Amino acid sequence: MSVRTLPLVFINLGGEMLYILDQRLQALNTSEDNSEKGVWSEHDRKRVLNDIVGAMFSKDFMDELLKPQQLYSHRTLKTVLTRLAHASIMRLNQASMDKLYELMVMAFKYQVFLCPRPKDLLLITYNHIDTIREFVRHTPVVVNQVDETHRKIIEIYSSLAEGDFQLLRQTLLIFFQDMHIRVSLFLKNKVQNPNGRFALSPSGPVPHGIDVPGLIRMFDRKGREVRRGEFPTGGSYTSPIRQGCFALHGNRVITLGMNMYTENHPEETHTSKAPSKDDAPNLLAKEELNLLARLMGSMKAEDMPETETGFRINLFTSDQEEEDAGASGGAEQCLFGVINIQAMQDEQAATQLARIAGQFAEGGEMPEELSSSKGDDLLAMMDEL
Amino acid sequence: MAADDAKAVLLREGSSMYHKEKSIQIKNSASALYNNLCALRIAPRRLTYFTVVHANVVNMVSASWDGLNYSHRQLQSKEPNVATSTSLIMQAAFCSLPSRDLLVVTSQKGIQVYESDGSIMVYWHALDIPETQTAQAMFARGISAVRDSYICVGISTGAILVFDVPSKGSNITLSDVLEGHKESITDMASECCGGEVCIADLVSADDGGNLCVWKSGEEFKLLNHIPGFDISCSSVKLWKGTVVAGYGTGQIRLYEAVTGILHAEVNAHARWIYSLDIAPYSGLLLSAAEDSLVRVWHLTMTPESQSVEIAHLHNECVTDTQICGAKFCDADGYAFAVTGYDLSEIIRYTQS
Repeated sequence: MSVRTLPLVFINLGGEMLYILDQRLQALNTSEDNSEKGVWSEHDRKRVLNDIVGAMFSKDFMDELLKPQQLYSHRTLKTVLTRLAHASIMRLNQASMDKLYELMVMAFKYQVFLCPRPKDLLLITYNHIDTIREFVRHTPVVVNQVDETHRKIIEIYSSLAEGDFQLLRQTLLIFFQDMHIRVSLFLKNKVQNPNGRFALSPSGPVPHGIDVPGLIRMFDRKGREVRRGEFPTGGSYTSPIRQGCFALHGNRVITLGMNMYTENHPEETHTSKAPSKDDAPNLLAKEELNLLARLMGSMKAEDMPETETGFRINLFTSDQEEEDAGASGGAEQCLFGVINIQAMQDEQAATQLARIAGQFAEGGEMPEELSSSKGDDLLAMMDEL
Repeated sequence: MAADDAKAVLLREGSSMYHKEKSIQIKNSASALYNNLCALRIAPRRLTYFTVVHANVVNMVSASWDGLNYSHRQLQSKEPNVATSTSLIMQAAFCSLPSRDLLVVTSQKGIQVYESDGSIMVYWHALDIPETQTAQAMFARGISAVRDSYICVGISTGAILVFDVPSKGSNITLSDVLEGHKESITDMASECCGGEVCIADLVSADDGGNLCVWKSGEEFKLLNHIPGFDISCSSVKLWKGTVVAGYGTGQIRLYEAVTGILHAEVNAHARWIYSLDIAPYSGLLLSAAEDSLVRVWHLTMTPESQSVEIAHLHNECVTDTQICGAKFCDADGYAFAVTGYDLSEIIRYTQS
């Protein structure tokens, strides 16, 4: 369908990825003493974000994405995003990357689904770009890359008609189809139902350029209005919101695409009941392999820290959020029950978890050494149900 | 007025005009495409076929009227071995001609014509796709049977292909290419009033909201061009010489086809309209949109003022669902069916 999806897909998914990484790395920063092993300092975090943004917004990579082409599979996208994430010193294991991808995609699906007008996909994209720019604001070289990309996006997409944007949106919706992974942040905010579907209410302001429903106007053959009537809409709509700014800088008005993790709310993923689309073991179609090769090739070799040992992190250790949840008066009983229900991938993790469980029972504090060590190879994932 | 009578009856009874019936489960969820539901009533066999598009697959379900038997079939877009995204289906629609019913499926690759039960493909027309990818997406969308022997299909370039269909067999030929639009075709519809003599046979709509009204024949003639307002007309119907058009602004407009005179304008929905349908015997109109609402209206011709009036009758809200298809199941509008993005069921409503 639409041949203009890839740049928006990467910027938005990449943006969500950066939001999550930023939040997670902050959560892992549990010590003020930077010499503590297993701690990610603010400097480390900034470096990771700079490296990833630099790779994602590199001219070659973006030029490759900006060529008109079809949207490819989740598998291809995940592979490229993993490579982008590894443009930094951080190394994510497969399980972490899988969870990260699920979160990214569900967030973007939510944004696309609720996008008021198809053209507002650009505003959502610009919200991501604005926040990314903020992340790297202390590194002018990278800021320039982001600005350059932003300009190119404005140039290419401002000539698209609303119908083209709707086609783009429909293409994305097909891409997200049947994904109903529950994200606890969405559930908490009531934007997602327990069945995994997003809440859509027949109320609120109508999108810019749309009239509030309810009016019927009838005209005579000369074009004069001869009658007007109203009908019950079954909803409670209000006047349209003002239009967001489509320029390089400005108030986007729409909040979709902004960083929802800044409240330091923990987000966990819930295993979806629907089978994963990537379960089928089909080989990537030839075209996809070619695309993959081109995209990988376009990532600058010197950006990849080949010689430096990557530091493995366990992205979704929920030490911090368990503490938070506990502090906010959450049911400790519930947490306790949760700890026992998880996907354990190796014994080391299992032992560690037993210790956490033990700590809770004693009412003790989270010990520092439970946060992942930079050199460790932990696979523990903790899923809250 | 018939609409007022209907409403009076409802208010008296204190009941709702329609009530929800048991849904039909389908094998895949519906994709977010315009007009993504089609129904064909097979009276002699007391069953109805429904089609719903999911990415590169058409889900067909045959539902018996007694509600006891359902059988499913899936049709895939040609060349199923390539990456899913290159063989996406834009629309599937039944085309009823006097001699036969056919199922037409349009995709990024071309146009497939099947027997109405989906059992045999009788014709395949490949789209003229350039070697290197252009900035314009290429696909076919917009399907309508016209008069006795034509099937018309729209293309993303704005062209409309006219196929001549024999009363049986697979000797379908491309007989004409209509150039009335510069933007991608979104939907097409033929005059559905049946017996009455009408001047216009076909209306076509595009992504700019432009409408073209045609007279069919060996060479189709453009009778009128109704300009749009840069907002897609996503769904269009033609009934008793009246064009009923649904737009991305959520508006419905009624035009006199051959003159372009605007009869009525309704601020019907808060989001993009995805589907319109008319029950020709009763003049009931169905509109469905991304705002999760389906609305039933009544159209009445008023010969004295040479006008058409529209009155609102009923609403149905499909919770948390962006609706992508809505069709009456019969020519009186006694029942209608609805599909929504990510929903794996066809929801049905019947008059109370």
